[in-house]
Amino acid sequence: MNPVNYLYLAALLFTIGATGVLIRRNAIVVFMCVELMLNACNLAFVAFSRMHGNLDGQIIAFFTMVVAAAEVVVGLAIIVSVFRARHSASVDDASLMKL
Amino acid sequence: MENLIALLVAAPLLGAAVLLCGGRRLDAVGHWIGTALAALSFVFGVILFADMLGKDPEHRTLMQHLFSWIPVEGFQADVAFQLDQLSMTFVLLITGVGSLIHVYSIGYMEHDERRRRFFGYLNLFLAAMLLLVLADNYLLLYVGWEGVGLASYLLIGFWQHKPSAATAAKKAFLVNRVGDMGLSIAIMLMFTTFGTFAFGPVLEATGDTSEGKLTAIGLMLLLAACGKSAQVPLQSWLGDAMEGPTPVSALIHAATMVTAGVYLIVRSADIFNAAPDAQLVVTVVGAVTLLFGAIVGCAKDDIKKALAGSTMSQIGYMVLAAGLGPIGYAFAIMHLVTHGFFKAGLFLGAGSVMHGMNDEVDMRKYGGLRKYMPVTFVTFGLGYLAIIGFPGLSGFFSKDKIIEAAFAKGGTEGWILGGCALLGAAITAFYMTRVMLMTFFGEKRWQPDEHGHEPHPHESPKVMTIPMIVLAFGSVFAGAFFGIGERFVKWLEPVTGFEHGHPPISALTVTLSTVAVMVLGVGLAYVQYGRRPVPVVAPRGSLLTRAARRDLLQDDFNHVVLVRGGEHLTRSLVYVDHTLVDGVVNGTAATMGGLSGRLRRLQNGFARSYAVSMFGGAAVLIAATLLMRAV
Amino acid sequence: MTAQLAAYSTSTGEAFQFWVLGTVAVIGALCTVFMKKAVHSALCLAGTMIILAVFYLANGAYFLGIVQIVVYTGAIMMLFLFVVMLVGVTAADSLKETIKGQRWLALLCGLGFGILLIAGIGNASLTEFNGLGQANANGNVEGLAALIFTKYVFAFELTGALLITAAVGAMVLTHRERTERAKTQRELAEQRVREGKHVPPLPAPGVYARHNAVDIAGLLPDGTPSDLTVSKTLRDRGQIRDVSTEALQDLKALEQRAEDRLERSNSGGANSGGSNSGKGSK
Repeated sequence: MNPVNYLYLAALLFTIGATGVLIRRNAIVVFMCVELMLNACNLAFVAFSRMHGNLDGQIIAFFTMVVAAAEVVVGLAIIVSVFRARHSASVDDASLMKL
Repeated sequence: MENLIALLVAAPLLGAAVLLCGGRRLDAVGHWIGTALAALSFVFGVILFADMLGKDPEHRTLMQHLFSWIPVEGFQADVAFQLDQLSMTFVLLITGVGSLIHVYSIGYMEHDERRRRFFGYLNLFLAAMLLLVLADNYLLLYVGWEGVGLASYLLIGFWQHKPSAATAAKKAFLVNRVGDMGLSIAIMLMFTTFGTFAFGPVLEATGDTSEGKLTAIGLMLLLAACGKSAQVPLQSWLGDAMEGPTPVSALIHAATMVTAGVYLIVRSADIFNAAPDAQLVVTVVGAVTLLFGAIVGCAKDDIKKALAGSTMSQIGYMVLAAGLGPIGYAFAIMHLVTHGFFKAGLFLGAGSVMHGMNDEVDMRKYGGLRKYMPVTFVTFGLGYLAIIGFPGLSGFFSKDKIIEAAFAKGGTEGWILGGCALLGAAITAFYMTRVMLMTFFGEKRWQPDEHGHEPHPHESPKVMTIPMIVLAFGSVFAGAFFGIGERFVKWLEPVTGFEHGHPPISALTVTLSTVAVMVLGVGLAYVQYGRRPVPVVAPRGSLLTRAARRDLLQDDFNHVVLVRGGEHLTRSLVYVDHTLVDGVVNGTAATMGGLSGRLRRLQNGFARSYAVSMFGGAAVLIAATLLMRAV
Repeated sequence: MTAQLAAYSTSTGEAFQFWVLGTVAVIGALCTVFMKKAVHSALCLAGTMIILAVFYLANGAYFLGIVQIVVYTGAIMMLFLFVVMLVGVTAADSLKETIKGQRWLALLCGLGFGILLIAGIGNASLTEFNGLGQANANGNVEGLAALIFTKYVFAFELTGALLITAAVGAMVLTHRERTERAKTQRELAEQRVREGKHVPPLPAPGVYARHNAVDIAGLLPDGTPSDLTVSKTLRDRGQIRDVSTEALQDLKALEQRAEDRLERSNSGGANSGGSNSGKGSK
């Protein structure tokens, strides 16, 4: 098997995640989809690492994970406080970004 | 010695500053300060003149660099002076005649409570005019040029409480702006063509420049000269400028202002020499103006306006001569100087007459004044003889030479120009005799004015008559002094160049015919106005007379062509502005507004919609990258 | 999944594993997107992540594989689940789209993006294939550590700072500072008396209740439900189940039956029978 298949899988997962971000309204699910996209990227990095024969790709994936962890912490905190204020976790309810 | 040149300008400028800023406390002595500083400038001029005479004719030019005005790379504007024979002539004329007019004004303006201010303006006028003739580059000349325009505006409108004076000042200023435009365009053309506007480099470079460019520059300079010197088609301000006090008229007509145009043309001689087309236009303008002014002069009953017409006509002679090239430059300047003497004398005489007649200007209400004001009569009469070219007096020498040079132009042009000049001489004799006869001869025709005050004609005080006497001497002897032995021509030759013209008919014939037409003109006028009593109310007159009374319809022409045309142009432009420009602008705005309204819907506030556009953008970026790689 | 495999080439075993687990991963991802309930989405995502961890291991990223399981699946997904619980498990999203055209646009963009991405990968010249044999020679973790603490040490330190900041930020966002002293029980009682509201203690859950679930309000003597009997948290979430109409019907039926029985035997307890028949009707 050609390891490029991992890249195709990563592309597919990324696209699914992105589409999910676009169509789901529940902020938590949207967040999960973002995580899916990040994971797809990580898979691509790992596959690249293997192809190129060095560990830099894995390092990047590692950093992605750490940053994702930080992002999840802040993001979920935001969701919780938004939920407290608006009693809703729907991203459409927070449609104040217009005149 | 060069350092004196700046003082020439500085003295009257100082006077203007002191008088205009000094306030009321100088009212008592203001006129003396002004006169003294004008005279001081004249003294400097005489010193420089004496110094110049002591030098070799080819090395008489003095240069003085005062400071760099705008020292920018590639654009060097200096405040620097150049005093050569041409400038010297003007300096002496301006300061000499100007000083005499200052002296005269002391008496003439005695009862005017704003006399100090008047002298301030007079000094400003002199300073600006001196700056104009002393500048060593066109830009500084332009400064003086505008200064002259400003001073003339202030002086013509000096009696600003009269609406007619205010309007006349405005008119003079506006018409002059047209000419100034020409000068500024000419300077810009010079800068783009030669990269400089100093006289020396520009005039030296004319040899290597295309004739088209030089013609353009020349025509623009001519436009400028037309504005300042009241030549057709920018002549209309001169008649109205008579609204100013009479000394101002004398100053404008004799020493400053109108001579500026002639100076400009003669100073730019090299440009015109290399552009025959422009030269031809100059001669045509001169010839048309000399006839125009003469005809207007015949019909005017206002003594000052008649003299104004005469000035226009005489300046026409000068411009005609200046357009003839090296055969005419010296004669143009010579006529300018002699004209400065006799025209100043005539205007001061007219002022003296008005002074004695309760400021009455209508010649039909004069008559027989020779008995009441003998000094004025004699000086005015000498000026009269000089202007009509009575043999031996100054006008004879200068005008005769111009007519001769006009014939010497050669070919059909020469005949036409010479014919015009001869005809002009005849008409000059006619209208000047008319002025003379109506004013000083015949029955007394004055009547009490509306308040019942009978005028009591009287001779003017000495302070007024002495300048007139001095000028009368100039009118009588200047021509002979300059003309005999070609003294003046030799004096100017290093600057303007000189060639002897060769008229198709002998010089003697020209002289004889000039005298003959002069006698003819005088005779006609005598028949018309000397033998018959002059009616107090002007007869209706022929069509030409009526047109001439209205300045040959110059204002009507301006009104119909320029004012109406301008109005129509403005109206159509407004229409275009409203429909086309506003349409485009409003249409654009409406389109943008509509589009924005549509676009606004994209911004619905939903984060997911924005995410879609981001995602789409990312897709487009990938597509673009792939395409670029594929290519 | 040997070191040799990860190093140079892919074996048939790995190919088999890829196709099977890859399919599961894609299905998991799709389920994440399309499941109605957030909990289900989270579980599907966790499954996908575990599969990804397996793929990491297969690709020789042993450290990352373990980290993926421990940090992602273990910690982050638990955090998600925790928040889901906090926000409400039962609140299922309706999948009905509210923004006009959003779904079509999203699908179109997703499709176009995916096709372009896959086309790009297919287009790229990815012939080089070195394997990690050499890089992992001294062990994967040691190799990573060598890189992190030398080449990427600055980024590593920055990431540490980022994590601290994130932790503080999360605390700031969620923690609410108490601005006044908590009231004592005595003060609360005095306040109740002063306001004249709920002078006696709140009704206990289960008083006249027909059910013993905590989210079902107890009934007042007139048969109407009293929200006060339900815990404040459930009240705030609006998760009270109102069974009052049902209860009133039950009450009517009970009275009917009681009358029947009274007429028949003139004896028996309505109270005890009520609770029995209530259970029976459920």
